[in-house]
Amino acid sequence: MEDMIFYDRLQFAFTITFHYLFPQLTMGLSLIIVYFKWQYLRTKTEQYNDAARFFMKIFAINFTMGVVTGIPMEFQFGTNWAKFSELTGGIIGQTLAMEGTFSFFLESSFLALFIFGEKLMGQKLHLLTGFLVFLGSWASGYFILATNAWMQHPVGYEVLANGKFVLENFSALFSNPWLLPAFLHNQMASVVTSSFVVASIGAFYLLSKTEEEYGKLFLKTGVIFGLTSSLLVAFPTGDWNAKNVVKYQPAAFAAMEGIFETEEGGAEIVLIGQPNMVEKKLDNKIAVPNILSFLTYQEWDKEIKGMEEFDKEELPDNIPALYYSYHMMVGLGTIFIGVMALAAFLLWRKKLYSFAPLLWVIMFLFPFPYIANITGWYVAELGRQPYLVYGLLRTVEGISPTVSSGNTLFTLLGFVGLYMLLGLLFLLLVGKAIHAGPKPIKH
Amino acid sequence: MEIFWYIIIAIVLSIFFILDGYDFGTGIIHLFFAKEEKDKVVIAKAAGLFWDSNEVWLVAGGGLLFMAFPTFYASVFSGFYLPLILVLWFIIFRAIGLELRGQFDYPIWKSIWDKSFGISSLLMALFFGVGLGNIVRGVNLGGVENGVSTYEAHYFFLPLWNSSFSPSGTHPGVIDWFTIIIGIIAVVTLAIHGANWIRLKTNSSINEKLKSIVSRLTWVLIALTIFSLAVWHVINPRPFGNFADNPMFLIFPLLYLAGIAGQFFAPTYWWKFCSSSMIIVGGITSSLASIFPVILPSTNTLNDSLTIYNTTTSAYGLSVAAGWMIIGIILLAVYTIVQKKLLGGKIDDMDYGH
Repeated sequence: MEDMIFYDRLQFAFTITFHYLFPQLTMGLSLIIVYFKWQYLRTKTEQYNDAARFFMKIFAINFTMGVVTGIPMEFQFGTNWAKFSELTGGIIGQTLAMEGTFSFFLESSFLALFIFGEKLMGQKLHLLTGFLVFLGSWASGYFILATNAWMQHPVGYEVLANGKFVLENFSALFSNPWLLPAFLHNQMASVVTSSFVVASIGAFYLLSKTEEEYGKLFLKTGVIFGLTSSLLVAFPTGDWNAKNVVKYQPAAFAAMEGIFETEEGGAEIVLIGQPNMVEKKLDNKIAVPNILSFLTYQEWDKEIKGMEEFDKEELPDNIPALYYSYHMMVGLGTIFIGVMALAAFLLWRKKLYSFAPLLWVIMFLFPFPYIANITGWYVAELGRQPYLVYGLLRTVEGISPTVSSGNTLFTLLGFVGLYMLLGLLFLLLVGKAIHAGPKPIKH
Repeated sequence: MEIFWYIIIAIVLSIFFILDGYDFGTGIIHLFFAKEEKDKVVIAKAAGLFWDSNEVWLVAGGGLLFMAFPTFYASVFSGFYLPLILVLWFIIFRAIGLELRGQFDYPIWKSIWDKSFGISSLLMALFFGVGLGNIVRGVNLGGVENGVSTYEAHYFFLPLWNSSFSPSGTHPGVIDWFTIIIGIIAVVTLAIHGANWIRLKTNSSINEKLKSIVSRLTWVLIALTIFSLAVWHVINPRPFGNFADNPMFLIFPLLYLAGIAGQFFAPTYWWKFCSSSMIIVGGITSSLASIFPVILPSTNTLNDSLTIYNTTTSAYGLSVAAGWMIIGIILLAVYTIVQKKLLGGKIDDMDYGH
């Protein structure tokens, strides 16, 4: 039983981590593509149109990867988490089916049109199809977040005598207080990833002295979107989420922040330190007193519950992983704001394009938003443990009763190998597209 | 309400098998019959332009099944764990085959991804057919050993095969001689369907040859169908009982027969494509109708078969979903029609604008 759940969790974590490398780019990138296309219609500068077309090529590669790695996610609910599916399908099946029916459909149908239909449709319709791709991808995110929000903070359900959860109030799924902050935070984070990628490609073109005009455009766009979204990720959307965690999952909040004991007279904020699970304290910590209480409640001396106050059965099962994920996310987010603020300042003073040191930093910064996004999701998912449906259904109760750990290990290894191949091919294709560069269309 | 959702899901999945079915079929034809590079390009494109939006119907159908019949979804997906994961891997290899072949100009690169596309399509068609065979044959629900269930009564787990490859007895595997026949029927049907799609959408040089291939494959299909019907009693003691009780169900096999007749008599490529779609829909619906309202028969006497009534969720959930589903179906149809219209005509003549 122990290793069954271990392999089931590992397989889901691995496949969803790999999957989420792609949607986090496409969601944000679709917004930037619509921006380029709109700028083209407004200013009639061909460069914007070339940029839209170039990034749609990158988008398409990522979208394909997202589709082929996304279908296993839907399947795994049934294959590895059968008991969970059986008990909650009547509820989360709603939002998942809506995702497939409304948004994924919109996105994939209009993506083909956007890529192949520019001449056929004319520019205005082309912008519209681009907008529909954006709408589809964000709606996808919305329905997935609605599904996750229900697992984090279940609402609108009823439990039958046989243990099944059934829907009692459909609209509650969408007015879930967990949903909107999580959705906005997630979408802003995906704009961070995509704008850093756009800026990074721009910096690469400038530093390698190829496609310099496009390089400037990408860099400028990337920095403006990057600064705005990095700020919005932290405030207000990150703040809203943290307040939700305090309110609905206080045990997870204590673990995230690394608070072992409840402190009299207000909680300190831990900037760095290593959780010591034996002695129940943080080693080598650097902390600022009272800040956490203020950030959470806007009161300097308000008490925040430490982990000691919770029953061991209610605490997340991997506190160090949760703590480190959270601190990596927050730390990286702070660095993003710093770098992008500096870049925006230099852009305003017209010095950015020739300031090589920062261009190098921006070029190599693009993997880090991916890490921040992924660790952010680890915070949400590890924080929800030991539950699948918070407070109601434990993770151990959700796995498939008939699938042995050997089978799961076999398929996990298969996914690891296959995804390694996919990852290599993906890099090859994206590298090729960047190498080819955004080319003006021949008339 | 259960019946309503059963029909909706059957329709969505049938549309998936019509649409993505031609991609599978295109892959099978590509694997066996496309020899010249210019045919390979255009035939791969006939699937490559559409596979991802066709796949959406699978995602939508899966999601609806999850929502409306969660117990069935849980039971079948965990019970057929291995073949389903294999299908996932084929989906990935099919997709990357299509997306990658045109990326580099080395012949060996192209032939690697052509094989990836072709073989995955073939195996997916086979596995989907085998899956249908498993659904009508039934499984050892509850994992009964010596008269005692080893799991909850609605769960099971099937190995890929057992050493006798026999569909009778309480311990069938996924692949046995009966399910493999259904698998081959699926491969032949989808090959016909894919050939029709290629003739409809391309000017490839093998279109003439495909005409005789389709008629030969249709004869093979007729022979296999008759054979499978003759042995159907092995898996179901009253093979045609449902049709005798509900003569209305006969419409499904008639659809199948009409589709087969269409392969010989339909006047245009478009009608031939519609006819092969009828074979697909007729074949799936006839199989499902033969066990209705059961959706997964039990091969032991201890545990009851899964039906649309004992695997569903609350009436409230089903009825709210019916509300949004009506909007959804209209949108799905609109997207699909708009997309197919705008990308209509022959692939070879298309001007993509870049």
